[in-house]
Amino acid sequence: MARQIEPPSTKRASRAKTMTGAQVLVEALRREGVEVLFGHPGGASLPIYDALYDARDVRHILVRHEQVAAHAAVGFARASGKVGVCTATSGPGATNLVTGITDAMMDSVPVVAITGQVPRPVIGNDAFQEADVTGVTMPITKWNHLVMDVGDVAPSVQRAFYLARTGRPGPVLVDIPRDVSQESCTPEFLEGVPVPEYHPALDGTPKQITAAVEMLAAAERPVIYAGGGIISAEASVELTALAERTRIPVTLTLMGKGAMDETDPLCLGMLGMHGSVFANYAVNEADVILAVGARFDDRVTGRLRDFAPKARFIHIDIDPAEIGKNKPAHVPIVGDAKRVLGALAAQARAPKIDGWWAQIEEWRQRYPFRYRQRDGAISAQYVCEQINRLTGGSAIVATDVGQHQMWMAQWYRPRGPRSFISSGGLGTMGFGFPAAMGAKFACPDRQVIAVVGDGGFQMTMQDLITAVVHRMALPIIILNNGALGMVRQWQTFFYHDRRSASILRNPDFARIAEAFGARGIRVERPEQVDAALTMALAVEDGPVVVDILCDPEENCLPMIPSGQSVAEMIIDE
Amino acid sequence: MSETHTATISVLVENSPGVLVRVAGLIRRRGVNIHSLSVGPTENPAVSRMTIVVDTPPDRTEQFAKQLRKLVEVRRATSIDGAATVDRELALIKVNATPGTRMEIMEIANVFRANVVDLTDRTMTLEVTGKGEKVDAILSLLSKHGIREVARTGQVTLVRGPQAT
Ligand SMILES: Cc1ncc(C[n+]2csc(CCOP(=O)(O)OP(=O)(O)O)c2C)c(N)n1
Ligand SMILES: [Mg+2]
Repeated sequence: MARQIEPPSTKRASRAKTMTGAQVLVEALRREGVEVLFGHPGGASLPIYDALYDARDVRHILVRHEQVAAHAAVGFARASGKVGVCTATSGPGATNLVTGITDAMMDSVPVVAITGQVPRPVIGNDAFQEADVTGVTMPITKWNHLVMDVGDVAPSVQRAFYLARTGRPGPVLVDIPRDVSQESCTPEFLEGVPVPEYHPALDGTPKQITAAVEMLAAAERPVIYAGGGIISAEASVELTALAERTRIPVTLTLMGKGAMDETDPLCLGMLGMHGSVFANYAVNEADVILAVGARFDDRVTGRLRDFAPKARFIHIDIDPAEIGKNKPAHVPIVGDAKRVLGALAAQARAPKIDGWWAQIEEWRQRYPFRYRQRDGAISAQYVCEQINRLTGGSAIVATDVGQHQMWMAQWYRPRGPRSFISSGGLGTMGFGFPAAMGAKFACPDRQVIAVVGDGGFQMTMQDLITAVVHRMALPIIILNNGALGMVRQWQTFFYHDRRSASILRNPDFARIAEAFGARGIRVERPEQVDAALTMALAVEDGPVVVDILCDPEENCLPMIPSGQSVAEMIIDE
Repeated sequence: MSETHTATISVLVENSPGVLVRVAGLIRRRGVNIHSLSVGPTENPAVSRMTIVVDTPPDRTEQFAKQLRKLVEVRRATSIDGAATVDRELALIKVNATPGTRMEIMEIANVFRANVVDLTDRTMTLEVTGKGEKVDAILSLLSKHGIREVARTGQVTLVRGPQAT
């Protein structure tokens, strides 16, 4: 097919002096406001690295594995709301990014990945370190592009950033052959919107907003079900305003954690597979559900047919494809969460729901999160509770994936958005520590904590050295249960406790930390937990690994088994 | 899997490298069979039209169109199930034909307004245009003579009247 024709409304402008493709790339990053990018060099990206050598204001953070670069870019983006950037060389470098890019796709995180490619003349010849990276990443990016002309470097990068951050955010990849990076050109940057044909709808239609206002005002048992879209859209203020004005209870998805102050009594915390009993009961009994920036993921809904069986749905999302995908929407509203919730909050009338609240409060009293503390053993939930207490919910917490993730989701109550960073859609082990590093680069003045499992930490812990090199004040709390705990739990519940490949023999993490030049603390008894956490939170000049030996037999409850419903919820009583 | 039917989706795409793969990949990923797919330029040289016929559960068709619209290179995607449309397909059919059976085949061709586009002492090639069912019908009538080869373009579709497809 013919080369893409320049969209008519986009002018080429800003002529400048001659530069190499790589220098144009760096200049384009600068223009997008990129101050830090995470990456690892290699043959095909040598020209890019040479250009970065001169760029004082675009700081490159060298990681030890490209997966870490991608996760750090995600952590950076989720903590800051800006686009995260990562870079890798061709072939193995680029394929090492794949997990992180997929993670960004599933959780709608704005990330731009820049990869080196083999020179144009040998593309398609199985050249050394050649991989068809635009082919590989086609289903896991919002858009990707192989740059075949040096004049196309600047516009491609501009389009990449625009697409990554607008509409439903997501990852974008730009693949640049080495000879394109080396070639000279006079760069031309686009002026105005770089992708004029892409224009997401932002304001819901007034008619639908009125319909939503009426449905909420007449509701007897309404619930707001809020997801990560609130955080992407910076709509926390509007969500809180709507909840306060109507007194409608709010439940949050894993991705939506912190979308409103979780210590607010209007907030019921997380729903879904490991959500609170009261949040799940409320949704189960609701007659009207306002879903916003959420996608009815199976970890939230369980068996779709039985999810919120009495409810009619108002569904707000920037992505029209989400509306009606899993559950029919009675009032569909395509738009930006901030704008639509703003309009709703301005017009909403409070329904009469005192009886509904009495019911919810009764559930909340009766079924709080709880845990047992066996003699001498440290319960992981206790540690999570202490982290919440010591930080007051004001730290940024990044978690890995597994039991500890769900316990942190249950016990950590962020006071606001961009404070809970966890791999939701993809459930990527190895995510937590690199994401915490990315968050710390984005927010150096905030307390950032990584809470990881003994299994997941071992997937990316080689990058402890990166945290040491940059003297990052970063406590890494390992909830060490000597197991792939979540796998062991499923085996206990659903496979006759046959612990196939789920028990870990671990290295001594504290000593590993010391070998990297970090601090390491090993905690074996409950009475040591508080002091160790307090100390780790106070360290300001480098990472601290706190290896906490936890009760290996603890299960994460409540739990709605996969594909089941609230009726089958396993409750710890 | 719930019951399936064939649905037609018309897609306007940017005429740029990789678009066909993106569209096909999006459908493949959902485990759906592409019944036919035809691509060609439109009145605007920057834009191509794809007409895709897929086997899909009826309630999934609109979801398909929505997912297709999310591809940056897709300008428009419409599920044209139920709309009044003109649907056409072209087929080339190479059938065994001896001097003794030629007349009979010509008769069939006449009824279906098919053109004879090639003739040898053993074969005849017909060109027929119409809805898919019409092509199916002529194929079944010709089958007793022995069909050697068939090439079908797949369906192309436009909505009737001034409204855009
Ligand atoms: C990359 C990857 N591989 C496998 C899994 C499947 N998985 C989900 S949770 C889990 C166990 C995690 O163990 P650990 O990190 O020790 O955390 P815990 O559950 O013990 O808290 C596994 C293997 C996954 N989510 N990601
Ligand atoms: Mg573990």
